[in-house]
Amino acid sequence: MNLEVTQEKALELSDVHVTIRGSHILQGVNFGIEPGVVTGLLGRNGVGKSTTLRSIVGLVPRVGSIKLFGKEISNLKAHEVIRSGVSFVPEDREIFSTLTVLENLKLAERDKQPNYDIVYNLFPELLKRKNQRAGTLSGGQQQMVAIARALLNNSNLLLVDEPTKGLAPRLVTEVADALEVAAKSATILLVEQNLPLVKRIAKNIIVMDQGVVVHSGSPMDLENADFAQRMLGVSGGSH
Amino acid sequence: MEIFITLFITGVGLGALYFLVAAGLSLIYGLMDVLNFAHGAFLTAGAYATWYFTTYVRADGSLTSYAISLLIAGLVGALFAVATEQILIKYLYNRHIDQALVTVGLGFVAASAYLGWFGTDPLVVLPPVDLYNVVQIGDAFVGLDRFLYIGVAAIVLLANFLMLRYTRIGLIIRAGVENRNMVTALGIDVRKAFTFVFFIGGFAAGLGGALATTYASGVGPTLGDSFLIYAFITVVIGGMGSVPGTAIAAVLVGTTQVLVNYYVQGLGDFVVVLLLALVLLVRPQGLLGKVVR
Ligand SMILES: Nc1ncnc2c1ncn2[C@@H]1O[C@H](COP(=O)(O)OP(=O)(O)O)[C@@H](O)[C@H]1O
Ligand SMILES: [Mg+2]
Repeated sequence: MNLEVTQEKALELSDVHVTIRGSHILQGVNFGIEPGVVTGLLGRNGVGKSTTLRSIVGLVPRVGSIKLFGKEISNLKAHEVIRSGVSFVPEDREIFSTLTVLENLKLAERDKQPNYDIVYNLFPELLKRKNQRAGTLSGGQQQMVAIARALLNNSNLLLVDEPTKGLAPRLVTEVADALEVAAKSATILLVEQNLPLVKRIAKNIIVMDQGVVVHSGSPMDLENADFAQRMLGVSGGSH
Repeated sequence: MEIFITLFITGVGLGALYFLVAAGLSLIYGLMDVLNFAHGAFLTAGAYATWYFTTYVRADGSLTSYAISLLIAGLVGALFAVATEQILIKYLYNRHIDQALVTVGLGFVAASAYLGWFGTDPLVVLPPVDLYNVVQIGDAFVGLDRFLYIGVAAIVLLANFLMLRYTRIGLIIRAGVENRNMVTALGIDVRKAFTFVFFIGGFAAGLGGALATTYASGVGPTLGDSFLIYAFITVVIGGMGSVPGTAIAAVLVGTTQVLVNYYVQGLGDFVVVLLLALVLLVRPQGLLGKVVR
């Protein structure tokens, strides 16, 4: 316990508030995440998980303190937050549908030597389709583009929002594999409804409800059916 | 038939002038959601620059002087546009109504400044005599200046295409037209692209202003405003943010206006507005515009 207090957090949010058009969506979010591991951010629909990720990136106006490896980033603009080593895979992918796959990737290049090898090894499909318009890809392929954009650069922190939403089971496995590869070199904050996946790759979990964090612990907690039902409104006990 | 050819090419020439104004409007709106009502003032600035240069600096009436005046007019338009973005628009990001109002205000301010400096009466700008030549196509005769407008617009269209397709800033602009927030979420300072788009939009408008002095035989304080209205119609018909769409629409608007005005006297403007209404009903996003999500 003492060790955890003294260890520098990869990311630390203190009393983060977000208000959008009069509605107070994040009402004082507090949590820290351990470097080098995957942390799952869980909670029912509409509790503020995506807004939390967007507040870290700076895509929504936020109040409070957000520290990336000890450095305050809540005063930075979105592109500056990303430039300090954060990669973001948004909910609903948000790929550029009028650009080709390769143009989507090129746009995301931040490092001098982007890791195209890693990306194309994980998703050979993207190399095959590099000149195809991203809007004509299947949902799963679009998700690969979104993840590839993030993996192209070396990041200190990867923010990934529901990467398996709406994907066929085979693709869920593929995405999970990609995240595991990414987890070897970066800290990941992962919003995910697929609890077996969370149990497989997350070391820690954080649970939100109505704009605040209500629980931090281990994925083992999800084995308790009563806990999962109470926190997430799902039965998470079995695989 | 001869008359039709003459009118048609004149219409395409007028469309070329509309395109030079509309291309910038379209990119600025597509990327930034700013309806730039000051764009006509950029054109007028370019036109006065042409007048000044060909009257006081190089009044030899040569094609070279004219060509230089085109470049100067483009630069004057571009600098005016960048100043507008840096001094006014920049501080109002994401306040689209305020931005539109500020540009309307700037348009008025510019028009009265021009009036104060240069007077109400249009100043005559004499283009090189060579431009008064006519070209024979079949039995039809067409003024050489028409082809100049079309040529300049074609060069601007091509340059735009190459810039958008093959440069990084072009990639950022295309992506930004689709989803500005996601561009910043990839670590790109999209505001640099905003300034750049104002620069090229202002340059094209300034060029348009120089050419408009030839088309209209001079420049008055509100020269740009008359072009601005049709340029807006062109942008809406072509689809906000699509430069090729703007080019097609510009030709459509220019030829419709000139042809209808000849065959059904005075109804040209009316039919253009009708065309606009029709497009808005059948295809609200415009000919090649992005579908609004
Ligand atoms: N741009 C927005 N404008 C207004 N309300 C929003 C906006 N984005 C999210 N919300 C609201 O904020 C709450 C949290 O949303 P979100 O962060 O997307 O939740 P989650 O990702 O946990 O499902 C929801 O009630 C949602 O309706
Ligand atoms: Mg969400």
